[in-house]
Amino acid sequence: MSRRRMRHMLVAALFAAMPQAGAACAQEHAAHAMAMPQDAADASAPTAAPDAHARHATQTAQARHAVHAPPAPTAAASAAAARHVAPPPPAHPLPGMTHAQMVEAMAMGDDAVHARLLLDQFEHARGDDASAAAWNAQGWIGRDFDKLWFKTEGARRGGQVEDARAELLWDHAFATWWDWQLGARRDFGAGPGRDWIAFGIAGLAPYWFELQATAYVGAQGRAALRFEAEYELLLTQRLVLQPRAELDAYGKADPARGIGAGLSDGEFGLRLRYEIRREFAPYVGYVWTRRFGASAGLARSAGEPATDRQWVAGVRVWF
Amino acid sequence: MKHSFRFPRDGAGVDRARRRFVQGLAFGGVAAGLAGWRLPALAAGAPRAELSGTEFDLEIGALPVNFTGRARTATVVNGALPAPLLRWREGDTVTLRVRNTLPTTSSIHWHGIILPADMDGVPGISFMGIAPGDTYAYRFTVHQAGTYWYHGHSRFQEQTGLYGPIVVTPRDGERFPAERDYTVLLSDWTDTDPERIYATLKKQSDYYNFGKRTLGDFLHDARADGVAAALAERRMWNRMRMEPTDLADVSGYAYTYLMNGHAPAGNWTGLFRRGERVRLRFINGSSMTFFDVRIPGLKMTVVATDGQDVEPVSVDEFRLGVAETLDVIVQPDGDRAYTVFAQSMDRSGYARGTLAPRAGMQAEVPPLDPRPLLAMRDMMGEMSHDMHGMPGMKGMEGGCGATMDMGDGTAKGGAAQAHAAMPGMTHAAALATGRGVDMRVATPRTGLDDPGVGLRDNGRRVLSYADLHTLGGPFDAREPGREIELRLTGHMGRYVWSFDGRKFSDAAPLRFDHGERLRVVLVNDTMMTHPIHLHGMWSEVESADGAFQVRKHTISVQPAQQLSYRVTADALGRWAYHCHLLYHMEAGMFREVVVA
Repeated sequence: MSRRRMRHMLVAALFAAMPQAGAACAQEHAAHAMAMPQDAADASAPTAAPDAHARHATQTAQARHAVHAPPAPTAAASAAAARHVAPPPPAHPLPGMTHAQMVEAMAMGDDAVHARLLLDQFEHARGDDASAAAWNAQGWIGRDFDKLWFKTEGARRGGQVEDARAELLWDHAFATWWDWQLGARRDFGAGPGRDWIAFGIAGLAPYWFELQATAYVGAQGRAALRFEAEYELLLTQRLVLQPRAELDAYGKADPARGIGAGLSDGEFGLRLRYEIRREFAPYVGYVWTRRFGASAGLARSAGEPATDRQWVAGVRVWF
Repeated sequence: MKHSFRFPRDGAGVDRARRRFVQGLAFGGVAAGLAGWRLPALAAGAPRAELSGTEFDLEIGALPVNFTGRARTATVVNGALPAPLLRWREGDTVTLRVRNTLPTTSSIHWHGIILPADMDGVPGISFMGIAPGDTYAYRFTVHQAGTYWYHGHSRFQEQTGLYGPIVVTPRDGERFPAERDYTVLLSDWTDTDPERIYATLKKQSDYYNFGKRTLGDFLHDARADGVAAALAERRMWNRMRMEPTDLADVSGYAYTYLMNGHAPAGNWTGLFRRGERVRLRFINGSSMTFFDVRIPGLKMTVVATDGQDVEPVSVDEFRLGVAETLDVIVQPDGDRAYTVFAQSMDRSGYARGTLAPRAGMQAEVPPLDPRPLLAMRDMMGEMSHDMHGMPGMKGMEGGCGATMDMGDGTAKGGAAQAHAAMPGMTHAAALATGRGVDMRVATPRTGLDDPGVGLRDNGRRVLSYADLHTLGGPFDAREPGREIELRLTGHMGRYVWSFDGRKFSDAAPLRFDHGERLRVVLVNDTMMTHPIHLHGMWSEVESADGAFQVRKHTISVQPAQQLSYRVTADALGRWAYHCHLLYHMEAGMFREVVVA
């Protein structure tokens, strides 16, 4: 309290130093400073009736001023305490309406549908033996907690699409950082097409790792697992290094598509992008691909290497 | 671990186009929008559009403007941005006929004015809005004085320019007389369609944050504090998926900050004669921006906030939350110019004007302060203090205080255990995070004396709520009959904002009994500062020990802070209650309050 009062006196002095109305002003503030303890008492004093507070405030203000005999200009101060007047009830209140009608009238956007399309990788890859074009895109449309997702990934080599997939999933946010996704996947490109039911978890793990883990069940007892993780390391506000890892496993061999049972292939990519705008970022990168176990054997017997290293260059675009 | 090469933030190294964007055009705004018209340099010091009396005809319309070199369309009143200053007299009954010439529904809300519920201007709550071509007659008696403002309450019209100052002259004259009196309305102009900004935030909530920590920052900190310390500090934030640089959802990347409608290069100027007292009525009419305001070389004596006179207090700097107003008196005694400097809280830009004895003068514009980082107390509240010197707490930083989902959607990691072990921490159990709530604060901090992130210990005397004491005491001295606790909640990544984890669409109205006195306790479970505005009734903020502190219409609640205020429910009808950050409000941080 004493520090507060001291500060108050200082301010009063400052006002006193101002020309013209300063004197009256300073007097008022000094008077007020002295009334401080009484203020505190006022604040806790009970009042009789709910609507009597204006009157009460006037009385206490008048009492204070009577004690300190303020100069004329400070009449404004007593008026200040009496100023509040409760508003009359609305003459034309809105007729009753449903919550939905109200939301519409307000143009409230808290449950609006939004959509995003992200072409995460759209790149040219140059490997040890051949070059290819590859894509990895995902889009969604929906509300905050429920969205329809579309994902596709694949590569074109020598004018032919090989090893491509597309997924359509319902995405539901169920926890702080996690969504589940349920839908279907179709594999196309080289070999016979395959269809799968997909169920997965996607979200943000501690330390900002973006994870996706999806299980698939297909015809003829096929099952598959897919795991993806990525991270973004800011070198500057616009220069971003993105490590990305991907692992695939299959329950059953599918030689027609070059797949062996068990852990089949992994990919680790490092892409360095420059965000000219957030939505548009060219990048360069380096990608290691490796086939494991039976899948590696199938590749070798088809005359392809089990591991591949590729330089990539592309653009990341979203809107 | 998102970290950075630190670029100079004061404009050096910024390309010319970018600088023009940040500083705006010298003769920009409304003037530049009128084909071929150029106002002379003196225009910056000329009086602005002002209307007074009891009868007002206002026309909401669209107007071509140009603040940055790009032609855009603003939403304006009577062709002015900001809208004309309305000067009312306390005790008068004012009539405002507002005509809407826009092709969409519009509205005007008289922010901070006590009036009947159907005059409050919130579509869907007070009235149905003003349809295209229609006129709505607002009519009410003004029983208060001071600095207020008015703005659109329809979608994002406020962001596109629909805001203006209100000054109500006290019946008995000003308590703090001054020779000069200026309203200083701060705002954030964007060339981007606000619908697009909102959609962008929903797609990538950190889109506008160009102040994140980078690898360069990490190396810098590792050199300064050691690798272990730098790693531990990152570990704490990153483990919780929290971003310590998350100070503003929309930054200077999209905004050009305006003072009375002038970009920094336009240099709004208020004239004075040496020794005169100059009253500056600061109004934050921004959609999303908190401003830190100072006038290098001048002490500012704060005399009112949100229209309510306070015990004068002398400061160097103050933070003005969105929708808050603050009146200061300065007394420049030099024959020189002074810069009125209002930097955004995230230091991504500034609004600037000048106080000068003659038009055309200007003073040095200070560099932006370094960009601050949120501190432990902004995430953990009180516990950041309690933890010091506690044995066995090492390595616990990750989950303590802020209750965090530790990765599998259910576990609370070390936090719950820590609370069990500590006396006096009872509410931890009920505090679950969820799909719309990414953070909880088990032990919020309760003091009012923290000026907030970026203003702590900056060597200047900075105003805090603890310095504000409304003169005359509370309007209603009754003890509150009941208490309502509301938690300010959100999920940054999903860009979801709410009270108590419920968005407007999912929430029932809050019900106040007519005539009751109640206490509202707000606990901020987010890392952002939220300006909370209750329509129709005053919010009388209590000090940490429960005494009357300051009467406000909009209250900024800092991250991990608990704050309480008393409300007298004497205004019958339906009212809006919301976070005044425009995109938070649209995202659902909004409740209806019914007084019946």
